[in-house]
Amino acid sequence: MHEEIIHTDNTPKEKQNYVMLKLGRTPAYGWPAFKQVAKRAVSGELLVGLWITLKEMVKTLFMGGKHTTMYPFEKMPIAPRYRAIHNMLRLLESGHYRCIGCGLCEKICISNCIAMETRYDENQRKEVSEYTINFGRCIYCGYCAEVCPELAIVHGGRYETASEQRASFSLFDDMLTPIDMLKQQQEFAGFGSVTPNADAAIKKTPLAY
Amino acid sequence: MDALVVGTIIKIVLVLLIVSALAGFGTYIERKVLAFMQRRLGPAHVGPFGLLQIAADGIKLFTKEDIIPQHANKFIFSLAPVITAATAFIALSAVPLFPTFVIPESLPLIGGAIVPSIIADVNIGVLFVLGMMAAGLYGPLLAGMAQANKWGILGSARTAVQFLSYEVVTGLSVLAPIMVVGSLSLLDFNNAQTGGVGSWLIWQQPIAFILFLIAGFAETNRTPFDLLEHEAEIISGYVTEYSGLRWGMFFIGEYANMFTISILAAVIFCGGYGDIGFVPGWLALLLKVTFFFFLMLWVRASWPHIRPDQLMWLCWKVLMPLAVINIVITGIVVMI
Repeated sequence: MHEEIIHTDNTPKEKQNYVMLKLGRTPAYGWPAFKQVAKRAVSGELLVGLWITLKEMVKTLFMGGKHTTMYPFEKMPIAPRYRAIHNMLRLLESGHYRCIGCGLCEKICISNCIAMETRYDENQRKEVSEYTINFGRCIYCGYCAEVCPELAIVHGGRYETASEQRASFSLFDDMLTPIDMLKQQQEFAGFGSVTPNADAAIKKTPLAY
Repeated sequence: MDALVVGTIIKIVLVLLIVSALAGFGTYIERKVLAFMQRRLGPAHVGPFGLLQIAADGIKLFTKEDIIPQHANKFIFSLAPVITAATAFIALSAVPLFPTFVIPESLPLIGGAIVPSIIADVNIGVLFVLGMMAAGLYGPLLAGMAQANKWGILGSARTAVQFLSYEVVTGLSVLAPIMVVGSLSLLDFNNAQTGGVGSWLIWQQPIAFILFLIAGFAETNRTPFDLLEHEAEIISGYVTEYSGLRWGMFFIGEYANMFTISILAAVIFCGGYGDIGFVPGWLALLLKVTFFFFLMLWVRASWPHIRPDQLMWLCWKVLMPLAVINIVITGIVVMI
């Protein structure tokens, strides 16, 4: 099942045009109500509905208008602001992990899910000996990433968190950028950063009543 | 044995097997068509184009736990789905399906058997079919009342109201074509329209045709008239407490009824299995039935439900008067 994953961009390309309908008032009694029914029955308004669904069916079948993303095989791009399973970043020059063991993330965590232990190594530098996040408790609020002074803990895009073992996500080494992937490590755009295609995806809200 | 008796038995077996298989296939087609009309894919993962989804659903229905609620009337509860399925198939026995066909002599055992176009050519065919479909009302009605569930009761109340009301419209709308043809036998209907597309009764009786279709939708419990089991209002109506194969039998019955109504519309109004130009009769009938079946799915994808009071309003204040006016006009024209 592990085929190549295709990323599709399903945001609408054409401009949205909202039209106001002139509906008037619904007749409440006798003769006007009857006139409305007769008018609607004869004017073929019901056929308009049939025509729309048929058109959509032809579009779907022959003109590639399907809106389905074949999920496990195709995935939608997710926004840089998305908060999923955390990533631990490395320093680009030395490859050492960025975490300095200050403990701010553990302190600020409102669901108390980060646990860390630190000690002094032989150079009297602080090193992180244990670091786990309990993803059964984590609410993905993003405070840990916001408070981190070294941009060491950030939120990544791994949202598929179904697993037999919760531990397969939560250890420091699992979240840390693999050393051979250091070149591909992306800098966290930070909170408040916008999606790359934000301008294209923006829509006018139909609130001009 | 008599060649006709053997042929009739073959036809019975074929109709039973094919229609119950078609009920499964109908669910697949319905899901696919609805999906395409909503820009989705429908079942796509089990087998090629999701075709084996039918088998998967069948296995699921067969192996599901059969639950009978504690306070239900167990006898009636288990009888009701049988009534729905049985009446649907009995109704099919008096419907002409394909032209009469003689099995070639070269085949062993059944060679030379005459497979009739209709299993039982009762001379009151239309009455029999409509009567059987009306008797199918007891399925949902008893099911809803036997299951000791308030949604079931509501569903069966709606069943009684909807089926009884629309029975009137079906009967009255078919009455006008009966007056034109002068017979109740469906074979006579078919034979009266063998002169190509121009001789179809739909041109003489367009209003009766539309009324029959509308009433047919209501009697087969299709959207926009599927109030019997409208999920948003009454959970699942009369099938709320059913599971597994009993639930499946209701749906085999419902789909068989959809086919019956489609075939009836084709035979009574659209020339039955008469040849159209170079298209042979059996294919023509198949195409017509397919179109009417597709129409049911198409309408389901396009139009919203209506409320029970709107349903009654439509039946008694619009459709029934129209049907009566249609009969009066037809009567005057036939007399002249």
